[in-house]
Amino acid sequence: MTLTRRHALAVGLGGIATAVLPLPAFAATVEELIAEFAGGATPGSGGITLTAPEIAENGNTVPISVDAPGAVSIMVLATGNPTPPVATFTFGPAAGAQSASTRIRLAKTQDVVALAKMADGSVVQASSAVKVTIGGCGG
Amino acid sequence: MISRRDFLQATLAASALWGASGVGQWGRLAAQQALTQDKLLEFDDFGNVTLIHITDIHAQMKPIWFREPEINLGVGAVNGLPPHVTGADFLKLFNIEPGSPHAYALTYEDFAALAKGYGRMGGLDRCATVIKAIRAARPDALLLDGGDTWQGSLTAERTRGQDMVNVMNALKPDAMTSHWEFTLGIDRVTEIVESLAFPFLGANIFDAEWDEPAYEPYKMFEVGGAQVAVIGQAFPYLPIANPKWMFPGLSFGVREERMAEVVAEVRDAGAELVVVLSHNGFDVDRKMAGNVPGIDLILTGHTHDALPEPVMVGQTLLIASGSNGKFISRVDLDVRDGRMMGFRHKLIPIFSDVIEPDAEVAALIDAERAPFKAELEEVLGTTDTLLYRRGNFNGTWDDLICNALLDEHQADIALSPGFRWGPSLLPGEAITREDLHNATAMSYPAAYRSEMTGETLHTILEDVADNLFHPDPYYQQGGDMVRVGGMGYHIDVSRPQGSRITNMTMLKTGEAVDPARTYAVAGWASVNEGTEGPAIWDLVETWIRRQGTVTIDPNSSVKVTGA
Repeated sequence: MTLTRRHALAVGLGGIATAVLPLPAFAATVEELIAEFAGGATPGSGGITLTAPEIAENGNTVPISVDAPGAVSIMVLATGNPTPPVATFTFGPAAGAQSASTRIRLAKTQDVVALAKMADGSVVQASSAVKVTIGGCGG
Repeated sequence: MISRRDFLQATLAASALWGASGVGQWGRLAAQQALTQDKLLEFDDFGNVTLIHITDIHAQMKPIWFREPEINLGVGAVNGLPPHVTGADFLKLFNIEPGSPHAYALTYEDFAALAKGYGRMGGLDRCATVIKAIRAARPDALLLDGGDTWQGSLTAERTRGQDMVNVMNALKPDAMTSHWEFTLGIDRVTEIVESLAFPFLGANIFDAEWDEPAYEPYKMFEVGGAQVAVIGQAFPYLPIANPKWMFPGLSFGVREERMAEVVAEVRDAGAELVVVLSHNGFDVDRKMAGNVPGIDLILTGHTHDALPEPVMVGQTLLIASGSNGKFISRVDLDVRDGRMMGFRHKLIPIFSDVIEPDAEVAALIDAERAPFKAELEEVLGTTDTLLYRRGNFNGTWDDLICNALLDEHQADIALSPGFRWGPSLLPGEAITREDLHNATAMSYPAAYRSEMTGETLHTILEDVADNLFHPDPYYQQGGDMVRVGGMGYHIDVSRPQGSRITNMTMLKTGEAVDPARTYAVAGWASVNEGTEGPAIWDLVETWIRRQGTVTIDPNSSVKVTGA
């Protein structure tokens, strides 16, 4: 996956994100990625809000946003994609808000996971199940 | 000052249907003697705010038969809770006498026999009488239309919703929200919305590209000296359940956090009563009422439930007003000192032989229908069987449609979507073209024939079943299970997606469906652009004419467990 202009724009809208790191080139498991990001800390809950649709209108472009006040970095994983890492956002001291919005591609129904690392090294996690459906029989 | 618990207890009795003691006499004469318009409209005015709710009319301007479901399962936490209660259990829960007018209006048992006694229900001219009577008592009552108004009949399909727009305008709604409206296509919706004298609300409708609100989220009204905010919530899954290519620039979704923002916004703007006019479906509204603080009342829609009493979620009232013009809800509220202090509620059943049609609206309806009169009235055949649609897994109307698809398209398997609209027909009645269109009229009617593997069919059934039986209501789309002809299956509704559907069997041969084999499949109402085939109503009309008299055999092809 490469960063498109749309992603860059979306990131820009979400606050003053200072950098979006390139994604790791190797395939790592979700557990490994979380452990690496958390640096040994056990992720807690609260202090992070992940907003995603319950059912994707279009699995190729699913809008999500993450808000984690006080975070120095936020990682988003699409746990059911062939390559789970979506993006990692880092926030400098001048950032007015620690939030980011982007659109991601989801191969199938899965959990989207967001982790935020705080200045004190603690890590919090939020998860949201997004359904990718073939649709067509409601009414 | 009374506590909330006190007023709930006090008003529960007032909200119960007057007919709870039972009428006990069948036969239309008895019904007419026992039921009077005055009795149906009887209401002790209460408080200072009156709301009138009608929803999911599906373009039914004339009185209709409408059989309520026998099977309407709830999963997870809502198993066995209203509206997932049917038949005798429903009567017992709400203390309604079997065989009484309200038993006929609200449940399926003895439907054909009771229908002959109590007559058709609904008709927008009768609704007009009820609305005018309420407004005579409460001139500033708000009339709120929950949507699914412009689709569902031959005349609405031919006029692209204009007949319904004209008749509804005569009723003077104060606001509406939407679902099937968008299947007219975005340009037509925009054209109509610009012509309306009232707002078309949808807090959860966004511009898909810029993720910005696309419609007015709410409207503030002053009623009885109180500030009343009405927030609209359109059907969340329009681009999934219906063809998104018809409204490509729009995004929907439950958007709970957006609802919370709008509720906070209207409270900040001085709202003393917050009403959500919703097309979420009942279980979605129930969850939203529990999660979003500050909503006093949700006028529910989409799932076509009719409940004679409000359901309370914390301090939020949920009102369910049925479908197809069968019912109107009146809710009176006492709003003082910036908050709701009490309510009184009545679900008014529209017995068409009891409530006098409003002459002005009756004339308008006839004028809208006049250009199509001969076409509507043409008899295509007769039915020996009660034809109805509602039920989680099948109904005789869709059995008929599946039989027609199998025969006319020479298919192995037929699929008919689990729509909840479409009135009923009694045994022995003629099937007119109007009746057929009432069960099929829509803007993407192509009856396709294609080939699918057994594995694909399984995937489709699992996908639709999860839309209906996902334990989290926010993942439910509110329709019923896709109806299947030519094939039976077992379903365990308690299992997760992928393992609910087993024992798929070809009915003709008794052979198991082979995942690797290809089958000829006929269906209609595909959400895919460019689907080819005759309109479903033309295909079914040909089939009915060939049959002359239609008989639908009892259907036991779906075995249900886990409920």
